[in-house]
Amino acid sequence: MTIRFNDETFRDDYTYFNSPEAIARFPFPFPEDSYMYSVNMEPHKGGREGTPFDRRFDVDEHYISEMHDRAITLAEDPLRCQSLPHMTLAGWDLLELIMVCKSEDYPELFSLTRDGDQWHWVNRPLGIEQRFTFLDETTLPCGPMEYITRQAQGDFAILDQREGNLWMDAGMVTSQADWSLDFDIGMNFFEWHAPVPRANEMGVFQRALKYLMNVQQDSPARRLNWTMTVNPRLDTSPENYHKWGPEKRMITPETVGEKQYLRVELQSFWRLPRSNALVFPIRCYLLSMQDLVTVPKWARRFHRVIRDLPEDLASYKGFEINRPAIVKYLAQFDDGAPTSAGTFAD
Amino acid sequence: MTSQILTVTEVEPLTDWITRFRFQHPEGKPLPLFSGGAHVVVEMPDAGVLRRNAYSLISDPMDGAGYDIAVRREEGGRGGSRFMHRVKPGDRLRVAAPVNLFALDLRAKKHVMIAGGIGITPFLAQLKQLARLPMPYELHYAAPSRQEAAGVALLPQSPHIHLHFSDEAKRLDLAALLAGQPLGTHVYTCGPKRLIDAVAQAGARLGWPKTALHSEEFLSPPVGKAFDVTLAQSGLTLTVGPHQSLLEAMEAAQVEAPWLCRGGACGQCETDVIACDGQIEHFDHWLSDDARATQRKIMPCVSRFQGRTFVIDR
Repeated sequence: MTIRFNDETFRDDYTYFNSPEAIARFPFPFPEDSYMYSVNMEPHKGGREGTPFDRRFDVDEHYISEMHDRAITLAEDPLRCQSLPHMTLAGWDLLELIMVCKSEDYPELFSLTRDGDQWHWVNRPLGIEQRFTFLDETTLPCGPMEYITRQAQGDFAILDQREGNLWMDAGMVTSQADWSLDFDIGMNFFEWHAPVPRANEMGVFQRALKYLMNVQQDSPARRLNWTMTVNPRLDTSPENYHKWGPEKRMITPETVGEKQYLRVELQSFWRLPRSNALVFPIRCYLLSMQDLVTVPKWARRFHRVIRDLPEDLASYKGFEINRPAIVKYLAQFDDGAPTSAGTFAD
Repeated sequence: MTSQILTVTEVEPLTDWITRFRFQHPEGKPLPLFSGGAHVVVEMPDAGVLRRNAYSLISDPMDGAGYDIAVRREEGGRGGSRFMHRVKPGDRLRVAAPVNLFALDLRAKKHVMIAGGIGITPFLAQLKQLARLPMPYELHYAAPSRQEAAGVALLPQSPHIHLHFSDEAKRLDLAALLAGQPLGTHVYTCGPKRLIDAVAQAGARLGWPKTALHSEEFLSPPVGKAFDVTLAQSGLTLTVGPHQSLLEAMEAAQVEAPWLCRGGACGQCETDVIACDGQIEHFDHWLSDDARATQRKIMPCVSRFQGRTFVIDR
């Protein structure tokens, strides 16, 4: 497998694009024609060949450009990466997990050689070569969590487990759907989910917490989440709302197909060995409406989901002002035919 | 539940009652690392009964070469510990992946560990973790006598380790111990219930935050009277024997039931009670007093029932 990496931007001139192969492997999240919350978790043990579920940490054509975008965001706002003092050991656990998985799953792109605690890491796409001593912070240019998550797509929240709860005590968050690590750092599972409508009343969080606290080593789990974003911007943060919020009001019937994106998060959950922490990678995939409708099943289904979504969910996901334009655009591609089960294209 | 078959490579009696066992991969592959306080569940095929007992890992958490456990022989128990004392080097047993329900709180400025008897086991791994980090700690190990204190042979020489043997008139003064600790200290207690309760009371009197007091009571399923249970989903009625837990009875009948710690602590096996004409004997640490009183939930790994009719949602 060879990946041809795109040269593209996620801000300003927004040159981000999906190749036909990237459209075909997009993780479309709707298994049926309507949507409501569920504890939709499953084991993260591979998946259909070539899909984002196949490898443990998916690397795709956006890798190099996404890492460049992360570096820009961090230079402007270093607090997007934070690790409370007791979380350093978890950072080493995460560094090991990502290096081992990437070098085993993509040997042509990454390599890791270990001789006791003397490690040698090569990242060919980013042109990085590093020799360091495992568990010795002075041998890396920055902390272990920051070092490895500057080389891994998606956001990372590291959760400490204690007092029968999970605590957001470290993370690298530059491609988020309108939440802030700097605001949430140190909060527990119920506190950082407090803004989500309906789910608490449904008992979703109690069940999800129980599930997560029992995630075991070598048995990672995953789920999909979704929202809508105008323009292919990774950094839709509260800190920068003044930059992307106004763009939501620039959607017209003429531009909705090109500028409105479905944003899907592939979230996974991993128990870390030495620290007993959980790591929660949140990987973002973006697909424009005009690319989405090239798959007839997705066009039909997505029209029905958006049309029928309860008002408070559309509001929470931040696209209620553009819902009429999106529904009208998608309606052109929905002939009312039934859709097949499952999320994959026919 | 990920698990693998491991080979017993060392069997070493530590006292008349307590034996250390070492498990290694049959082909020498490294085992998953863990954090101090973690346990593994060992499967024991014992004369037609499959027992699964949880044991704290006592070896170095950062060393995947093998897992060590220490097992106390309980003559009056259900047979699991007697089974282990017949195990010989070369035997193979299925061992589940490590799970930690008694982890160190790494925010602590100092860690104080209080062990009673066989309750020393989770601290043996935590000591190795703390030495590596490194972090300030002290450990207090109480036992009736030096002869019965299996941990002595496994403890390093350190000014931070204090031994308290009743027969040497060196008893542990909990109030003095807690009163002398700096702010930000966390205390961990493992051992008999009366020791855990005494630490909690001493902490409460001194105004310690509850979240700075951690404990793990060594709990194995108690022996009790036999009782009948009806499993509504499976359409089966089973008799749970005196030396069997409700969870083990379900497993023996090939009924799928979730579990993790098998000691009433993790909440994974919580099961709805559909009908109950009698008294549930709750032995777990999971359900609240209110939840117990309603008799609508049971933790089948340790809890039992006495009465006429008992139907659960499994």
